[in-house]
Amino acid sequence: MGYDLIVIGGGLVGGAIAWGAATKGASVALLDQGDIAYRAARGNFGLVWVQSKGAGMPAYAHWTRTSSELWPDLAGAMAGATGVDVALRQPGGLAFCLSDEEMASRTALLHRMHNESGDIGTRMLGRDEVRSMVPGLGDRVVGASFCPIDGHANPLYLLRALHAALLQHDGAYLPGRTVDAIDAAPHSFTVRCGAERFTCEKLVIAAGLGSRDLAPMVGLSMPVTPLRGQILVTERLRPFLDYATHVIRQTAEGSVMLGDSQEDVGFDTATSAMVMQDIAARNVAVFPALKDASIVRVWAALRVMSPDGFPIYEQSAQYPGAFATTCHSGVTLAGAHALALAPAILAGELPERFAPFSSRRFDVPSA
Amino acid sequence: MFRRLDATPGEIRFTFDGTEQIARPGDSVAVALLAAGEPSLRETPVSGAPRAPYCMMGVCFDCLVEIDGVGNRQACLTPVAEGMQVRRQRGARGVL
Repeated sequence: MGYDLIVIGGGLVGGAIAWGAATKGASVALLDQGDIAYRAARGNFGLVWVQSKGAGMPAYAHWTRTSSELWPDLAGAMAGATGVDVALRQPGGLAFCLSDEEMASRTALLHRMHNESGDIGTRMLGRDEVRSMVPGLGDRVVGASFCPIDGHANPLYLLRALHAALLQHDGAYLPGRTVDAIDAAPHSFTVRCGAERFTCEKLVIAAGLGSRDLAPMVGLSMPVTPLRGQILVTERLRPFLDYATHVIRQTAEGSVMLGDSQEDVGFDTATSAMVMQDIAARNVAVFPALKDASIVRVWAALRVMSPDGFPIYEQSAQYPGAFATTCHSGVTLAGAHALALAPAILAGELPERFAPFSSRRFDVPSA
Repeated sequence: MFRRLDATPGEIRFTFDGTEQIARPGDSVAVALLAAGEPSLRETPVSGAPRAPYCMMGVCFDCLVEIDGVGNRQACLTPVAEGMQVRRQRGARGVL
């Protein structure tokens, strides 16, 4: 007996697509590797972030907005099906600027995105205006960009809820499976994991950094590479920051997450004191009172990056029925993956809006 | 509720919510306050329920108190010092 759909990769991308398909009545199996996986989903910062996504690729900017709009439905469905509150809040998001140069480059970025992708209400806030919105800012904060539709959520609760909700729709969550090979024919796939065989009509590769090796088995290309990010977490503090920001986020429980480092260090998931010092110093410049907060946890995780940083969505031309899905924004795009991409995959055709996300964009020879 | 096994000589004076307490050398804040008969050291951020030291080894965070004006200090990991001012922590620590 085969499945309508097998999703390889039980992280936020695969989990959202598997659950979204199961709610449409498909028989779905979600193959998950296990604790040896790199699991970007477990290291995520938790932003539902729109304001700076898709500069240079309007289709990505619009896709991100779609996801932001669908997120309340996703959060509601998770709460209804599983009782898990994924702590979605969409009060708007701030990107703080610590110099006039940062203000100028942020202003230019927003101007460019406005022209490329349309107005979503993002605007620059000056020194006084940002202080009227956020208490406790340090003198070095000269302003910020503000986008009214940015938000944040708890990625660990979301992952747990997606897996639990999949089971409620009679989906199969199959952990501890490493895919060794895929036997492919159009609309017919056999996935081999050790001695096990799983067959399906449709196959989604959403295996994060593992996708690079799996995609060619079904005639797809997913040239993703790791980009390390480090995160510091403080003790739980009385709520002082409701807004999402790109470097600091206070969770519903009161913990403060500090982050947004980017390092090209291969598959090294270690933390490093120098990067953590930089993260702490920047955030103490933004909120000086944080100098007294204790750090209780730190970790590093690997973002899944395509060559241009934009997602890849594509159906295999060689083996129709096989789909590539990867991005570095598993939380932000969860709403769209579950409620817009999954139905399109089940229908067997990605609509025109997905054309820009094809991996063929990487085939252009460099000049 | 708690009784000392032996009487270590020496006294360290500190206060808890303004009331003078006497600890023995080597006591943590949690040990000194449990020995003094305090039934709870903090109130939780969510429901305000009382909590007392539990694990006594730095893991459970149920012994959080304010020490010399700094909140979220783990009473079980902090040795008592002469003149220390300890206060019951009510709710989450604020830094702003």
